[in-house]
Amino acid sequence: MKFFQSAAVLILLLVTLARPLPATGHGFAGARFFPATLSTDDPFVSDELSLPTVSTIETAEGRETAIAVDIAKRITPNLGIELGEEFIDLNPKHEHDASGFGNLELSAKYQFFTSAEHEAILSLGAGVEIGGTGQRRVEADNFSTWTPAFFFGKGLGDLPDTLSLLRPAAVTGVVGVAIPTSASTRNSDGEIERNPNVLQYGFALEYSLIYLQEQVKDIGLSAPFDRLIPLVEFSFETPLNRGQSAQTTGTIDPGVIWSSKYVQFGVEAIVPINGRTGNSVGVIGQVHFYLDDLFPRSLGRPLFGYR
Amino acid sequence: MKKRLVPFVVAVLSVIAAAVRVEAHAFLVRAEPRVGSKVNKVPAEVRVWFSETVQAGVSSIHVFDVSGKQVDKKDTHSDRSNRAVLCVSLIPALTPGTYKVMWRVTSADTHVTSGDFHFQLVP
Repeated sequence: MKFFQSAAVLILLLVTLARPLPATGHGFAGARFFPATLSTDDPFVSDELSLPTVSTIETAEGRETAIAVDIAKRITPNLGIELGEEFIDLNPKHEHDASGFGNLELSAKYQFFTSAEHEAILSLGAGVEIGGTGQRRVEADNFSTWTPAFFFGKGLGDLPDTLSLLRPAAVTGVVGVAIPTSASTRNSDGEIERNPNVLQYGFALEYSLIYLQEQVKDIGLSAPFDRLIPLVEFSFETPLNRGQSAQTTGTIDPGVIWSSKYVQFGVEAIVPINGRTGNSVGVIGQVHFYLDDLFPRSLGRPLFGYR
Repeated sequence: MKKRLVPFVVAVLSVIAAAVRVEAHAFLVRAEPRVGSKVNKVPAEVRVWFSETVQAGVSSIHVFDVSGKQVDKKDTHSDRSNRAVLCVSLIPALTPGTYKVMWRVTSADTHVTSGDFHFQLVP
């Protein structure tokens, strides 16, 4: 009996999630187009491919460079999954160089609220870094880490006309807690390392010249400037326990995104907020494809609930 | 290991490049009267140029005055020579004031986009 009750609940849930919805695609809430951000995860569910995301920064231990790929796929219009992997190159100051793959990352996101009128999106998600799938020489953990998170996005398009020049602005952000499945581990030197729960939070402030031109005032911008979105991302991590409480690290990343029909290009400086994070300015760049526009009738549409 | 990544990245980019279509989300490119502009001649119609061909039958442009009264003739249609252009006629007796243009279009690949903008008619 319990099985049938569970099955009924599951079927109802799937029917609810898979109800037919019109095609909207990547990052839209009404007139607002939210670009995919580079350093913080965005709030919308989409069919997208980031290939590659390249970042490099000098930390106290040495230079770290990463080349990442992420693919996101909608299961229903509001429910999506994402798969990510990165190749890491470490150049420590006092040890041998090392390179290899990090742990595989898998996540799911449910966009439970979208307001076209108020250009708002809210989502809940959970991700897991699967321990042991990466290579130890690049310090990939041998334990998994789960991260439930809350995502939000809000455009300022509903401001009154007296503040019309602020209407192109928008904010997106995420708050989550990374929970390792192992409280402590022994490193290659035989030392015990404690693995705290970590509060992860960040947001992006954007000013869309696309929105300015389309919705507020045609100031005569021509290509490529009419497709630019200047932004600043703020990304922070604060350990919560196990002797590392409040040792916050983070970066502030000013940059720009250029969005075309099928692809966007983004580049940002990575500015550490303190010595724990790094000692010099790094850089991150990304090529990001809109699969829903590239493959609107196949890979770029939700598996269920599309009309 | 780095060398293995290069052919993989090239292969994926090639597949994506080969898939490039002539369809995508339709964005507003420009409008007449221009977005946020002031005009002193009563326009006969509002024309909006989009980045993609739009399906006129399931797309619309509506124009409202400050009191919320609809001042277009509800005849949204595409330009015969350019299917990426939508037009709507305006009633002839527009008075000076601010007008709001609301558009909602469906592109050829069925993606829906929408938006709005204002223009001012000045004496």
